[in-house]
Amino acid sequence: MSTPTPIRGATPQTALPYTEQFERLKAGLPGSGLDWVDALREGGASAFAVNGFPTVKNEAWRYTNLRPLEKVVFEPAEPRSDAPGFDVLPTVRAAGTSATRLVFVDGRFRHDLSSAAGLPNGVEVAGLADRLAGDPDWIAGRLGRLVDVDANPLAALNTAFLGDGAVLRIGRGVEVAEPIELVYVTLGREDRATVFHPRTLIVAEPMSRAVVVEHHVGYGSGVTLANHVVEVDVAEGATLHHYKVQRESGTAFHLSHGAVRIGKDACYDSFILTVGARLSRNEVRAELAGTGGTCRLNGAYMVRGQQHVDTSTFIDHAQPHCGSREVYKGAIDDSARAVFQGKILVRRGAQKTDGHQLNRALLLSDTAEIDSKPELEIYADDVKCSHGATAGELADEQLFYLRARGIPKDEARGLLIGAFLAEAIEEIPEDTVRENFQALVAGWLAAR
Amino acid sequence: MSGTQETVDQVRAVTEQSYKYGFTTDIEADLAPKGLNEDIVRFISAKKEEPEWLLEWRLKAFRAWQAMEEPRYWAKLSYPPIDYQDAHYYAAPKTSNRPKSLDEVDPELLRTYEKLGIPLREQEILAGVEGTETKMPAIAVDAVFDSVSVATTFKAKLEEMGIIFCSISEAVREHPDLVRQYLGTVVPYTDNFYATLNCAVFTDGSFVYVPKGVRCPMELSTYFRINQANTGQFERTLIIADEGAYVSYLEGCTAPKRDENQLHAAVVELVALDNATIKYSTVQNWYPGNEDGVGGIYNFVTKRGACRGVNSKISWTQVETGSAITWKYPSCILQGDNSVGEFYSVAITNNRQQADTGTKMIHIGKNTKSTIVSKGISAGRSNNTYRGLVKILPKADGARNHTQCDSLLIGDQCGAHTVPYIESRNRSARVEHEATTAKISEDQLFYCRQRGLDPEDAVSLIVNGFCKEVLKELPMEFAVEAQKLVGISLEGSVG
Amino acid sequence: MLEIKNLHATVDGKEILKGIDLTIGSGEVHAIMGPNGSGKSTLSYVLAGREGYEVTEGSVTYNGMDLLTLEPEERAAEGVFLAFQYPVEIPGVANTTFLKYALNAMRKRRGEPELDALQFLKLIREKTKALNMSDDMLKRAVNVGFSGGEKKRNETLQMAVLQPRFAILDETDSGLDIDALRIVADGVNALRGADRSMLVITHYQRLLEYIVPDRVHVLAHGRIQRSGGKELALELEEKGYREFGVDEAA
Repeated sequence: MSTPTPIRGATPQTALPYTEQFERLKAGLPGSGLDWVDALREGGASAFAVNGFPTVKNEAWRYTNLRPLEKVVFEPAEPRSDAPGFDVLPTVRAAGTSATRLVFVDGRFRHDLSSAAGLPNGVEVAGLADRLAGDPDWIAGRLGRLVDVDANPLAALNTAFLGDGAVLRIGRGVEVAEPIELVYVTLGREDRATVFHPRTLIVAEPMSRAVVVEHHVGYGSGVTLANHVVEVDVAEGATLHHYKVQRESGTAFHLSHGAVRIGKDACYDSFILTVGARLSRNEVRAELAGTGGTCRLNGAYMVRGQQHVDTSTFIDHAQPHCGSREVYKGAIDDSARAVFQGKILVRRGAQKTDGHQLNRALLLSDTAEIDSKPELEIYADDVKCSHGATAGELADEQLFYLRARGIPKDEARGLLIGAFLAEAIEEIPEDTVRENFQALVAGWLAAR
Repeated sequence: MSGTQETVDQVRAVTEQSYKYGFTTDIEADLAPKGLNEDIVRFISAKKEEPEWLLEWRLKAFRAWQAMEEPRYWAKLSYPPIDYQDAHYYAAPKTSNRPKSLDEVDPELLRTYEKLGIPLREQEILAGVEGTETKMPAIAVDAVFDSVSVATTFKAKLEEMGIIFCSISEAVREHPDLVRQYLGTVVPYTDNFYATLNCAVFTDGSFVYVPKGVRCPMELSTYFRINQANTGQFERTLIIADEGAYVSYLEGCTAPKRDENQLHAAVVELVALDNATIKYSTVQNWYPGNEDGVGGIYNFVTKRGACRGVNSKISWTQVETGSAITWKYPSCILQGDNSVGEFYSVAITNNRQQADTGTKMIHIGKNTKSTIVSKGISAGRSNNTYRGLVKILPKADGARNHTQCDSLLIGDQCGAHTVPYIESRNRSARVEHEATTAKISEDQLFYCRQRGLDPEDAVSLIVNGFCKEVLKELPMEFAVEAQKLVGISLEGSVG
Repeated sequence: MLEIKNLHATVDGKEILKGIDLTIGSGEVHAIMGPNGSGKSTLSYVLAGREGYEVTEGSVTYNGMDLLTLEPEERAAEGVFLAFQYPVEIPGVANTTFLKYALNAMRKRRGEPELDALQFLKLIREKTKALNMSDDMLKRAVNVGFSGGEKKRNETLQMAVLQPRFAILDETDSGLDIDALRIVADGVNALRGADRSMLVITHYQRLLEYIVPDRVHVLAHGRIQRSGGKELALELEEKGYREFGVDEAA
């Protein structure tokens, strides 16, 4: 709607280092030489060259200023075989049980740390680079299909450099009981700022069912930029539960563009928990592309210090009889700032749409800030849509009640913040994931 | 009991002609040549015998405007480019002198206002007769016809209390210090494209000053009428409520049916000092264009009130049923501690109308409160957008906002959109926003018809119910007209 | 008063009424009993003229008129009143406003003078008293926030004010406790008269203890299966609808 008209031929100054990197590196990227891969990358590179980094004049970015990111030239992360700084990889599984887990370090798939134990037949998991090198045909036509690089500059940048990441294929009718875990570890380097562009492709074929958990963790104190793109295709009658927890280090920039297509009678259920990074943005664009589809985008964020967290979602009701639910809750402390932009579009003819959205933010300090922009754009009359947004601090009465029962002030506050966030997290049906996320909330509260 | 039944009665009374204010008045007019340049700005200023400072201010605005870009992207509106050179920026009924009383006003003009349902003369006469029901009249009217104010009723009566109610041109002549002290202090001349244009070329409008401690005993009202073809209307209204004062002000608007689009770019500034209250109500019924979207008014209006004093209050109520395009965000700057801002809005779009309207509530002072209730009704092939900003600044301890936005869609070819911006930088502030969207259900329609209502009356009744929270904020005299309009503006929207 | 002949009706292409024959004379009260899904509510909607209920065969003659050609509001003006099983909520529209408008719309259609505010107020005061309704209920928006009992009392009030010639009571007893049922039934009985007919639709016999019908019909599978006097209702209470090929726990 408010995308500025691109001016051809004038690459913004801050985009130049990346267009140069692209020219320098493109021949060596995985899958280079495959026509469709080259075309995809060139398309991404030229879209980014035209638009550069989005500015606050771009309505979709009005509350998230990428100036601090533009001031640094990020170098592409190099492959590494070490894994310093961590010894236990995050998981939602109980210790000792076998796991399907793909591990990526600075954006590269690591065979040595990954395992695909216990997967049923009909499920394929692989690193994208391996897939491009060995068996590219299946991903051709699927990769890049859901992402509009012209409208999303960072997704364009990712597409230019796409090389590694995860590819998941849940075969027709297959049900995977155990969560498939994707672990993205950011290590970075002390001596320079590094960037990587992981690309994740998840295809849930008709009538399949799976649970995917993404962990994003950071170690070290180098400046890093993780520029993710996640493409998710939930085909007819399939169900995908997709969870993400982001706890990168305080020097990290974490940007993620999710593009989700939900087919007829399919269900996409997601939850994003954000704790980490100096600046993070989770952008999800979900299209309800068949009748009877269901989309749930839930999440929670907890930020402090100078952190900036941006949640920008767009739910596109393109077909009738679909439902969408969105509940986001956040706690903002110190001088942190949170942004929530959530748009529901109901297209002409998408009758019987049922779309609801809620964002509630707790401001915990005098210098915290929340900017919220829920949005409805509706072109069909027989629909039920609503959104709600609140901002404020803990209710005085509740706090007083707890203190009157002898609970010290700080503890009472912790209890109430925990209860506030728990309301969102309790929506997660998978016990293991829910408990894991609850523990992370408790950890964040304990560090207050 | 509300006036809803009257609504429906009146809807029934209206037959095939849905826009009944579409006539033109044949009156000789004084027109500036088409086009916009510094000479035109000087021409307008000279016509109004303005002091030098005001001409300078206009020129500064004009120069600023030339460097500005028309805001064409962020609002959900689409229209062909406007040729700002292809309009007259000054049109006035030709009269030899400024009328001192209604006796001197051109009878043709008085007849026009009578047709519009505003009998200026009758009002004064009635009020002057002993033994009539009300000694104090309910409404005083300032009638603005194209670029000039043609009559203001009950001035003398108000003057006794120290209340100034006159055209802004007259205020510039008679009360220059007050005008100079406040003009442009709420909406500066650099504010936005349309407001800046208005600063350069505004022709007339109303001026109100209510002195300390005075409660204005009657509704003050301005009735705006665009008559002349190929003109823009740029009125400017300034209302000041001094400490402890109260005033309720109403504004009504109509225009003839014409095939070309006419531009209306008004600016309204309100200033409320300590403990003062201003209630500002609008029933906007500019010509909306025909069913195919030909003609109609482009309504680009900047309305803003400053609650400067402690405990001050500004309340906007609007019923927007007219105009081809509405771009309007009556706002409150809540500077004074404990000040209160309110925005109650009904916006109805039908056929090809487009409305992008809402409010801004800027909380600066402590314990400031704001309430927003917006009811949008879309029918035909129209688009109706609520766009609003609630901004809580760091010092606004204890600020409160509650926003309720409801949309009603009639038919499957229209659009209803809600775009709120909520920015809070104070933890003790509490902001709540809720928006819903709904349709008139088959059940409701059938229930009403089973009880004997025909479908159009049923829709009118249901929509009036939907808007009730807002309509009840209107002064009595306006509420009836507004309810009637709700029904009329939705005619033809149900099959 | 009302003569239904071989009435067939479909909803969404599915035939629900499969040939109803029913004659109701002036001043008579008939009851239609039947299991869930037998077509009871469909019959009431067809008689009131709801869209989406398509008559494919048969006729309905009402006081000599072809009822099926009339719009819903025209039927209302002719004195057809449907007391809804689920009365509809209309937010923001006060109960009295709604009633006054409905009454005057009908009076106007019939060429009768409209009531002014005072006359109307007097009328409504009198009617509400009989139904034990509070002023508060009159001021509230139509059916919004009403309990089940309040809604049904409100329907009865509307009937009392509008004075129909033919009233259809669609499951008026559903959702009512015994006290509320008694109030509603008293209200309905007060309206019985030589020139007013009624069709009482119900699943249970309970309501018919209070509104005693002249005739009882059993509707099942889209047809009237049996007709009889008021004792038929008791028989059904005892035996259920099994005899008509319907198996359900009563």
